[in-house]
Amino acid sequence: MPNSIINIKDLSISLSGNGILKGISLDIAEGEYVSIIGPNGAGKTTLIKCMAGIYSEWIGSFLINGQPYAKLSSRELARLQSYVPQAEGRTNPLTVEEFVATGRYPHLSAFTSMKQDDYHAVDQALQTAGLLDFRKRKIATLSGGERQMAFIAAALAQETKILLLDEPSTFLDYRHQANVAALLKSACRENGITVVAVHHDINTATSCSDRIVAIKNGTVAFKGSPLETSDAELLNKIYDTKFEITPTPHRPLPLVTPGGAS
Amino acid sequence: MRKQVITLSLLLIAAIAVLLLSPLFGMAFIPFHATGQEREILMGIRLPRVLCAFAAGSMLALSGMAFQALFRNPLATPFTLGVSSGAALGAALFIRFGIAFSILGISGTSMAAFIGALLSILLVYGLTTLKGGFSTPTLLLSGIAISFFFSSLILFIQYISGLTHSFSIVHWMMGTLSTADYSKLANLLPFLGIGGLLLTFLHREMNLFMVGEDIAISRGVNTGLVKKLIFLAASLMVGGVVAICGPIGFVGMMSPHICRLIVGADHRFLTPATFLFGGMFLALCDTFTRVLSGLSGGAELPVGVLTALLGGPFFILLLLNRKGGLDL
Repeated sequence: MPNSIINIKDLSISLSGNGILKGISLDIAEGEYVSIIGPNGAGKTTLIKCMAGIYSEWIGSFLINGQPYAKLSSRELARLQSYVPQAEGRTNPLTVEEFVATGRYPHLSAFTSMKQDDYHAVDQALQTAGLLDFRKRKIATLSGGERQMAFIAAALAQETKILLLDEPSTFLDYRHQANVAALLKSACRENGITVVAVHHDINTATSCSDRIVAIKNGTVAFKGSPLETSDAELLNKIYDTKFEITPTPHRPLPLVTPGGAS
Repeated sequence: MRKQVITLSLLLIAAIAVLLLSPLFGMAFIPFHATGQEREILMGIRLPRVLCAFAAGSMLALSGMAFQALFRNPLATPFTLGVSSGAALGAALFIRFGIAFSILGISGTSMAAFIGALLSILLVYGLTTLKGGFSTPTLLLSGIAISFFFSSLILFIQYISGLTHSFSIVHWMMGTLSTADYSKLANLLPFLGIGGLLLTFLHREMNLFMVGEDIAISRGVNTGLVKKLIFLAASLMVGGVVAICGPIGFVGMMSPHICRLIVGADHRFLTPATFLFGGMFLALCDTFTRVLSGLSGGAELPVGVLTALLGGPFFILLLLNRKGGLDL
């Protein structure tokens, strides 16, 4: 691919002696929305953590924005990509505004303070995430959905080309799921941000992505379009459970529902 | 932000007031305009003691704040993590063997205490990461284990020491400021200066550690380096204080917690607030013990006993208030 922003070849990693990822290859174009799906324990989170720099003991080749991963400093890397971890009810004692401002870290040095454009980026992120009214609230007092928006807003304030997310809409109610999906979609379509997200729910993944990558047992089991993914036999192979594909007349994609062990 | 600046200014004014007024109180009240011998006591004995108390309080509070951010736990303090005991062991070894030397005016005891503090924090950190995650039980149990172990070693040193050494170790272990003077102040200030400055520059990193190490990494924090710098800063300050005043407990737990309630958790404001509050707190506690001995006519209560009396219930309160994992 000519304009590939993430190029991974044969990436493998072992954690405490267990091989988690075994030779993952992935090529992601700039501005693409790629969803990573797969069963529990397949290695989805490990893959996104390798990409985010949290696990660094992987082997293989990894080019980001055309440069070898290892050549980039942690700050340079953080100016290229931001990361939203799994929610798991995590909280901190900062206010929303203070927390979103942590996204400006890679743009600042120890001896500089926040400048006009830093404050602007924070305001912009708060507005995009619909959190302007919450800016003085403590993260700990927010609902799960609002908190997830704050975590995404902090990543947006980082002003990166790539956004990595680990299950951004799990544990959220329908309204917040829709908000998160709309936010990510517009970041990708309107601002040209490359989005790589781990999704647990297949319908969420197919409805927003350009491409789906399925991981199983630490290897890439399938790569394809959302339509190609909506296939009972394929999903059965990936998840070891039966699926039903229901055509929906008013939408481009059919509805996927799981139905009993195979 | 404006609110925090106002709060900080008020804290600064209060701190200056404490520094100016505390020397007047003690066994007997001495007015500002005193002359002769009274003036001598005011300027030569009480003022350096209040300054020492302030510096020591600031250092303990700042190191507590740094530990709480790094371990994401409000119960992480120099005392509960066993860092004070490590520093005390280092210093006790020096007192026992009477090796007196100094480099650039810093006493060997202070350096030994710093090394003891650094070794114990590395030990606690190693133990907790080995067990995966800084959960409160792991953290406190490691801290207790290390505290006990080092305390037994100190008892052992006392056991093999003569009566004079043994007595001076016991008295110093209670945490006291009664021997503070200008030379001790001069021994405290470099530790406060380096440690405090390091933490001031690391305010963003401490915020990110508090949020979570994975997020800190993804924002570009060189977490390995920053951790080492925070350990260095905190060990310098704990070691510096323990060598001079003995292990004074709980200042490092209470001060950052109270400051978080009044200026919020952003370390840009929390660091100066904790510096001021910790200093004021210990200076006031020490003044109280001086006044108390004047009223009772008895020997002076070591200030460490007072802070522990206040800190114990506070600690239990925090423990009971703990909702889920972290509520820094």
